[in-house]
Amino acid sequence: MLYREAGQFKTSYDADMAIFPIAQDRWGMIAIVVIAVVIIPLFTSDYIMGSLMIPFLIWGLSAIGLNILTGYAGQLSLGHGGFMAVGGFAAYNLAVRVPEIPILGTFIIAGLIAAAVGVVFGLPSLRIKGFYLAVTTLAAQFFIEWVFANFPWFTGGTMSMTLDTPSMVVFGYAIESTRDHYLLTLGIVLVLTLAAKNMVRSQLGRAWMAIRDMDVAAEVIGIRPLRTKLTAFAVSSFYAGVAGALYAFAFLKSLDITAYDLFRSFLVLFMIIIGGLGSILGSFLGAAFIILLPIFINVVAHNFSDQIKPDFITNAELMIFGGLIIFFLIVEPFGLARLWMTAKEKLRLWPFPH
Amino acid sequence: MRLKKLSLSLLAAAMVASIGTPAVAQDKKESDPTKEQFIPFLTYRSGPFAAGGSGTASGGEDYLALLNLRDGGINGIKLVWEECDFGYNTDRGVECYERLKARGLKGAPVIQPWSTGVTYALIERSLKDKIPLVSIGYGRTDATDGRVFPYVFPMITNYWNQSSAKLRYIAQLEGGEDKLEGMKIVNLHLKHPYGNETIPVWNKLAEKFGFEVTHIPVPWPGIDQKSLWLQVRQIQPKYVINRNWGVSCTVPLREAARIGFPRERIIGVWWCGSEEDVIPAGAAAKGYITAAFHAAGRDIPVIQEIFEVVYGQMKGNISAARVGSVYYNRGVVTAIVVTEAIRLAHTKYGVGPIGGEEMQWALENLDITEARIKEIGAEGLMPPTKISCFDHEGGGSVRFQQWDGSKWNMITGWIPPYKDLVREMIEASAAKYAKEKGITPRDCPPA
Repeated sequence: MLYREAGQFKTSYDADMAIFPIAQDRWGMIAIVVIAVVIIPLFTSDYIMGSLMIPFLIWGLSAIGLNILTGYAGQLSLGHGGFMAVGGFAAYNLAVRVPEIPILGTFIIAGLIAAAVGVVFGLPSLRIKGFYLAVTTLAAQFFIEWVFANFPWFTGGTMSMTLDTPSMVVFGYAIESTRDHYLLTLGIVLVLTLAAKNMVRSQLGRAWMAIRDMDVAAEVIGIRPLRTKLTAFAVSSFYAGVAGALYAFAFLKSLDITAYDLFRSFLVLFMIIIGGLGSILGSFLGAAFIILLPIFINVVAHNFSDQIKPDFITNAELMIFGGLIIFFLIVEPFGLARLWMTAKEKLRLWPFPH
Repeated sequence: MRLKKLSLSLLAAAMVASIGTPAVAQDKKESDPTKEQFIPFLTYRSGPFAAGGSGTASGGEDYLALLNLRDGGINGIKLVWEECDFGYNTDRGVECYERLKARGLKGAPVIQPWSTGVTYALIERSLKDKIPLVSIGYGRTDATDGRVFPYVFPMITNYWNQSSAKLRYIAQLEGGEDKLEGMKIVNLHLKHPYGNETIPVWNKLAEKFGFEVTHIPVPWPGIDQKSLWLQVRQIQPKYVINRNWGVSCTVPLREAARIGFPRERIIGVWWCGSEEDVIPAGAAAKGYITAAFHAAGRDIPVIQEIFEVVYGQMKGNISAARVGSVYYNRGVVTAIVVTEAIRLAHTKYGVGPIGGEEMQWALENLDITEARIKEIGAEGLMPPTKISCFDHEGGGSVRFQQWDGSKWNMITGWIPPYKDLVREMIEASAAKYAKEKGITPRDCPPA
């Protein structure tokens, strides 16, 4: 019923190749964007925007980055947190040392620097595959953490390693309130998500998937493995870098290396595994699951704080969260995005299942 | 397939039900917001630092419970609180702050993050929201300069004063400041904002007294420190400063026992000086010395009263065995400071819920005298503290305690820090911050 496609004719190749070929999907997406751009900033509290939506969007962006590398190009990486750190520190140093560059330019350059670092650490991927590549990217994570912790130049000479991010001005407009931060984050995430969606549908994205599915066959049909893998590393690290910069500038408003530790790399990996490998939608679903669900459990549990001991609430959060991860991996090992795909396919055929 | 459908619909039903419950739960509580004072608690009852987080939060809550049960709150205003567990993660800590800051009639009167990382992340937010950021015994040291940081209160004693007091204690042990010349000291610190906080002050002290300090960073979370202690053995220092946190506090004691470094010459930070830090090390911990800004144990009148009243009515927030432990008492001390400030605010703003701005005035004019401490029943638990607009620390002296294998014993009186030297550094650092942020320091008379 929801998906009655009768009467939707595609009369040109462009219509057939649109991002959302089904009209209902198109309208649904427009509705989501309207909610995000208009409804949320106008009608929700600073808490929802600043503490739930901003981290959700930033981690979603970061997850898209890792999904491009791991989900689309098949290169397992445990260094994603490190690449986010590169973006964060690059943005900080650019903003402080070269304040002439507008902040959006700073984010883009920070992303490019992260991309360059990603390419360097992606070089071994031509020879190393699978779990062994995970180990070399793990080395990248440790190396990057070590560099930022031990060379005071990157932290402007402060010993405490924690820095306040400078204030931001976009086109002459000072970003001050939580709403400003939310809209800035949302704008960047929307643009980059659209870019990612189109990238994975393009020749580049198809080359990534060919490498992922069988690199020898891909090479035989004329895809250059090194260049394809390195572009995946570059694009992935660019997304990670921008997400890392936003994480420091728009969410924490402070920068320190412990915010990008190895645990974050695992967190992003869990996001894409639970959300769905090789899916842009899955990146956001996974981010929502990992970032918002524990907070949701915690808030709900606190409504019973008269009856339940506080230490039990804390552990209940971990237990319920862990239980749900196992549950979803058993029910749908291909992630939440596949769950949605299955539901959608059924809805399109409904009420005639065959 | 049917099972899958069934479990999915059950899950969906559970989610819908849980969204519906908050309204129900709130209806149940009968409360008058004009007669209630909300106090937020940020804590971590899970993760590698749970021993600290659970002790401090429960101690604070139990003291508030004592005031509620014994006196009916403060001047008839009932104290209510809500916990938010952030697992010592900075991002979750910020989320907790945003969640709790607007609770109560006038919002949260204070915020105590119990984490140096979260303290840093909240400095600008708390200023914007006008909620005093109280960090007792941790946090950003240069915020002691209240002229630049009106809403940050690193009260009772900060890290730099603590470090300099440690050096004065070492000088006492050695028999004079002139004996420090040429001495080797190792600063074994966690590689973390908290661990790095004291590097500048040790460098400065080394320069002044002519000793040699080597900073050895402990990689997070510091469970394996073998290679570091090899380094310590090569350096052969006279003293080792144990500036770790949680599990990484215990490891140095075992490693020192292994290489035969006397535990009497390991001097720990107060976050490495709890029962939870030394008991796992067993006999290796005997003789270990740490700094302290409050006493441990249950024989302090106020702690006994909590035990009798709160735990007598089964209203305690932690297992009764931990009442009187170091972290627990630290929670009680901070709750005393906060409630005393609320009392003071009542005298100026009238009896009722207190908001952040009113609390800022109260904290800045807080004077907890020896006599008042006695009245509370906290003699020996905490030092007298007098805060001013100029000095947001209001104390600075520390004592030293030694582990005898079964309990902590105080082995010194209050040892003053090198306050002038530290104050100079604090002002320089705060002035740098003010310049970066474009803050005009307030005009405060030096106390």
